[in-house]
Amino acid sequence: MIKQADTLLQAAKDFSANRVRPLAAFFDQGNGIPRELITDMGRSGLLGAPLPTRYGGGGADARLWGEITREIGKACCSVRSVLTVHSALIGETIVRLGNDEQKNRLLPDICSGKQIGAFALSEPDTGSDARGIKTAYAKTGEGYTINGVKKWITLGDLADFFIVIAQDQGRISAFFVERERTGITSVPLNGIIGNRGSHIAEVTLRDVYVPQSNLFCGEGMGFSHVVNTAMDFGRSSIAWAGLAIAEEALECMTSYALQRKQFGALIGTLGGVRTMIADAAVAVHAGRRLCEHAAHSRTERSVDLIHDTITAKYFTSRAAVQITNNAVQLYGANGCSSQFLPERLLREAKILEVIEGTSQVLQEVIADYALTKYSPLKKNTV
Amino acid sequence: MEIRKKVRSFIIDNMLVWEQDIVLNDDDNIFALGFVNSLFAMKLLNYLEVEFSVSIETEEMKIENFSSVDNICALVTRKKEVNDKAS
Repeated sequence: MIKQADTLLQAAKDFSANRVRPLAAFFDQGNGIPRELITDMGRSGLLGAPLPTRYGGGGADARLWGEITREIGKACCSVRSVLTVHSALIGETIVRLGNDEQKNRLLPDICSGKQIGAFALSEPDTGSDARGIKTAYAKTGEGYTINGVKKWITLGDLADFFIVIAQDQGRISAFFVERERTGITSVPLNGIIGNRGSHIAEVTLRDVYVPQSNLFCGEGMGFSHVVNTAMDFGRSSIAWAGLAIAEEALECMTSYALQRKQFGALIGTLGGVRTMIADAAVAVHAGRRLCEHAAHSRTERSVDLIHDTITAKYFTSRAAVQITNNAVQLYGANGCSSQFLPERLLREAKILEVIEGTSQVLQEVIADYALTKYSPLKKNTV
Repeated sequence: MEIRKKVRSFIIDNMLVWEQDIVLNDDDNIFALGFVNSLFAMKLLNYLEVEFSVSIETEEMKIENFSSVDNICALVTRKKEVNDKAS
C-alpha cells in the first residue's frame, strides 16, 4: 500500500512537472484542456486515484488524494479542476451513493477517462441557494423528462455525461444525463477570472428523457444527499487546491525576494516584504495542518468530518487570496503582468473562495457548528 | 433502548435551535421542524453507519427513514437484524 501511495504521488509529481506546468499559461489564455491530456491523466492513475481498485481506481486515502490534488493544483488550476469535478464531485459521490449497477456502469470509465463527468447544479438565477433551482423534472412513462438551464458548469462543454440536479414541485432529485441524449446543448462561457481552460459552459436541457435507472440516489434525495455529498468531496478537493496556490505563491514571493534588489539591497531584507512573507508562511503551515486534520477525519469517518473539511476549505481559500494578493504586491509592477506567475495565481485563488460554498455561506455553517459544539448553554434540549 | 438513547443524543447535540428548553419528541420530523439543516442528513448517515456498524443501501435512502428518532431507530434495528442473521 505504501508502494502504491508512493507510485501515485510520484505519478502526480511527474505529470504536473512534465505535462501540466509547461502548458498552464496556455490554458489560462482560454485554450481548453485537450481531451487527450485528461485521458493521459486516466492512464497515469490520477483520475481514479481516490476510487476503489475494483473499478480500476487507485484506492488512495483522503490524505494521499489531497496531496495528489495539491501537486496538480500548484501547477494549474484548470487541470486541477478536472480532479475536483470529474474525480471528486462525480466519482467519489457515485462511490458513496450510487447503486451497484451505476457503479459498474460508470466508475471504470471515470477512472480511465473514457467518459468525463460534470456536475450540473448552478443556474443563471441560482448559486448558493441551491434549493432554489428551476430546472424541472417530471415523471414520464418509465422514466423522467428534464427541462432547464445550468450555468457555470465546469467541464460542461466537454463532459460525456452530467449529474443534473432538478426539482419537481420543490422535491429535488439527481439524474445521470448522457450528452448523447436528444435535447442537450452546451455553450462555452468566456471572460471568467480563472479556470479558463476548464471548459466552463452553460448547459441547456430541453425535454431530455432519461430512464428510471438514471435516477441517482432516491427521488427527493438530490439536495440532502447528492448535492451535500458532492459538495463535501468538492470542498475537500478545494481545501487542498487552496493550499496548493498558497504554497506556490509563497515560493514565488521567497524566490523573488532573494533575487530582486531595490534601494541597494535584496527586497527580502526589507521589513514590509518580510512581514508579508512571514504571514504567508504561517498561513501555509496552518492551512496544511487543517487539510491534514480534515483528511484524517475523513479516513476515520469522524462525526466532525464535514465540519473539519469546511474549516479547511474556508481557511485555505481565503489564505490563498490573501497570499497571492501579497505576492502581486511584492512583485510590484511585475506582479500586475501576466508575464509573471502571481497575476494568474491571484485570479485563480479568487475562484476557490466562491466555488463549493462561498466563504460567507461557510461562515454560517461554521458558526452553527461552533454554537452547538462550544456553548455550555446548548445543553438545554431534552 | 441503547439505539434510541444514542440516536436522541446525537440529534440533540447537533440541533440548530437556540431557544431554551426545546423538547425533542421521538416522532418529531426533525427536518420539517427546522431542528437540523440539510448537512445533518449526511452527518447522520455517516454516524449511523459507523456507530452501529451497518451499511445503508441506496434503496434505503429515503428521507422518511431519517426524519424522526422513531424512523431512524426502526431503520437501524432492521439493519442490525439483517446483520445478525447474516453472521
